[in-house]
Amino acid sequence: MTVSVLYSVLLLVSLGIIAAVVLFVVSKKFYVYENPLIAEVEEMLPSANCGGCGSPGCKAFAEKLVNTEDISDLFCPVGGNDVMKLVASTLGKEVAEKDPTVAVVRCQGSCEVRRKTTEYQGPRTCAISAMIYSGETDCQYGCLGDGDCVAACKFDAMYMNEETELPVVITDKCTSCGACVEACPKDIIEMRPKNKRDLKVFVGCLNEDKAGIAKKACDVACIGCSKCQDVCPKDAISIVNNLAYIDPVLCTLCRKCVSVCPTHSIIETNFPPKKEKIVIKKTEANVKSVKPQKNA
Amino acid sequence: MLKTFSKGGIHPSGNKITSTKEIKRFPLPKVVVVPISQHIGIPSEIIVEVKEKVKKGQIIAKSSGFVSTNIHSPVAGTVTKLDKIIDSRGYKKQCIVIRTDLKDVSNLEEIEYALKEEITLTPKEIFQRISDSGIVGLGGATFPSHVKLSVKEDKKLECLVINGVECEPYLTADHRLMIEKTREIVVGIKILMYALPVNKAIIGIENDKKNAIQSFLSVTKNEKNIDVAVLKVKYPQGSEKQLVKALLKREVPKNGLPLDVGVVVHNVGTIFAIYQAVQYNIPLMERVVTVTGKKLENPSNYWVKIGTPIKDLIKEVGGIPEGTRKLVNGGPMMGKAIKSTDVPITKGTSGILVISEDEASRGEQQNCIRCGKCVYVCPMGLEPYLLMNLSEKGMYEKAFSEDILTCIECGSCSYVCPSNRPLLDFIRFGKEIVKNLQNAKK
Repeated sequence: MTVSVLYSVLLLVSLGIIAAVVLFVVSKKFYVYENPLIAEVEEMLPSANCGGCGSPGCKAFAEKLVNTEDISDLFCPVGGNDVMKLVASTLGKEVAEKDPTVAVVRCQGSCEVRRKTTEYQGPRTCAISAMIYSGETDCQYGCLGDGDCVAACKFDAMYMNEETELPVVITDKCTSCGACVEACPKDIIEMRPKNKRDLKVFVGCLNEDKAGIAKKACDVACIGCSKCQDVCPKDAISIVNNLAYIDPVLCTLCRKCVSVCPTHSIIETNFPPKKEKIVIKKTEANVKSVKPQKNA
Repeated sequence: MLKTFSKGGIHPSGNKITSTKEIKRFPLPKVVVVPISQHIGIPSEIIVEVKEKVKKGQIIAKSSGFVSTNIHSPVAGTVTKLDKIIDSRGYKKQCIVIRTDLKDVSNLEEIEYALKEEITLTPKEIFQRISDSGIVGLGGATFPSHVKLSVKEDKKLECLVINGVECEPYLTADHRLMIEKTREIVVGIKILMYALPVNKAIIGIENDKKNAIQSFLSVTKNEKNIDVAVLKVKYPQGSEKQLVKALLKREVPKNGLPLDVGVVVHNVGTIFAIYQAVQYNIPLMERVVTVTGKKLENPSNYWVKIGTPIKDLIKEVGGIPEGTRKLVNGGPMMGKAIKSTDVPITKGTSGILVISEDEASRGEQQNCIRCGKCVYVCPMGLEPYLLMNLSEKGMYEKAFSEDILTCIECGSCSYVCPSNRPLLDFIRFGKEIVKNLQNAKK
């Protein structure tokens, strides 16, 4: 009895010693040098592995940061300026400061204002329904409402508003990784600067049709009337293919365009309410009052 | 024992309501909307201007490459707009809008051309005619015919196959054409046999079109080189690869064309268009369209001018009946739902199908029970359930190695699935992405 226990203990110990020796030799023989900085930089990055920087994961981005001479083009949207500064100081390189951005949904076509003319039966993903046809409404540019952007968001920063069937961005959680922009087949989601207190003015429409057709399809469609262009003091608004676009760099958030828009297609967010008129679409208060619901 | 292809296939109910209805000439439309991209390949180039007067048969958009084709004005009239107008998917596409001149003589009279059997042109002239006349595959794929006919010297052509299968349920456009224009089609076949040149032609017709088989047999009695083959009814026999397999027992290689096994396949509609173009120099301006549906008042077959809005056709057959759920461009198996009735008839529209509520609704989707029915019916020998899962999960490399690109999108898998899984939707989607990925790699 004791002998058999002894034998097995001895056998296992000797096996262990042999394996240890082999492993030691192999690890010395096939040792791959890795810059310790890579691990250090990876530690600083947010470990979200979202791909927002353009690299497949944080490890790859850390390698890129360490191995590239000029890192001023590289940016981690999740970590933002703080992380990039920290990385730059560790590596002794220069980094450009970027304004934080946030995703905005450029479509206001809720069920109420953009009437459904057809019904779609099939897999409920935007990618497939966009491939098959232009959507349930007469607007071929607007949101399809199947929530590919919500499914793509790794930070729970988006949800589908069940009433309007449009996605809503929770700006506090949005890291501007750009996954939703990639996922949207209609290119409705845009990254715009966050500005102070998350103030934003943008055109909430992508309809390039002529005024009559656009208006027939959706009540809040941009009809390209150029009233906003005329009123803008900074020439920040351009109209291409019957559609207005506000350049976020030139825009000074004066909000003159918002009040002149006849179809209310220009959205302002987080501004204190004007005297009576309240056109605020996605205030934070609004977001908090509605419980985020995941629609997978 | 009748011939058929060996692998897979299904037997949907035929519902060929309009098979006894003669092809009528559709009244002249007031406005025609002609899209510039009606074929596979590069869209044609517009060569008319707004307010320009166009004659019937005048080229209004010319071919802009080898895999492209001319588009002719189907009516005499005035170009009113060059605008983007929605296609059947709802996306806006460039179109030429022509207002018909209702007083023009060429619009009012429709000449009935006599049968002309004598072939006077040289092969080169014949090919030029086909190319100039804007003829595309009228079976539905709309592939420019002159491309199909330009046989490279290293390929040996042995047989011309004429596709008169029309395996799609409901549609009877080809069936009626085969009965009414048998002699013309046979002359068309002779033209191609002379021009290609090839010594043998086989006309493949399914057994449910007995009168068409009879009329072809009587016309080709004295023709040694033209065979009429009777095929067992099975979907999707009208697909090129399946037809070649059924008639000649030859398998078209993966990613290959029937030409690789010495065959060229043409639809009967295309052959008739070729006959008209070569013998009378009439370009492709109209085609046979079946307007059908179980609840329609008056389903019929029509000669319709390309560019006629679908709403005109619907009006002619008695309007959309109550309880209609879906309008389909094509047959129920491979056709695509139409978003708006403003959409025009194009070169590839073989039928307009009006489907009622109970026929249209898709059942509730359930989990895959691994019954393997989709694998059993797939005519290409693929595993549809696997391809669906792969494209759903985004595993496109694996989907490519499982030959997703060889799928012919016949829809047999979705048809038999007991769990109502949208197999074809996902496979189509995966195919699209895999195709793009492969193109990007090149």
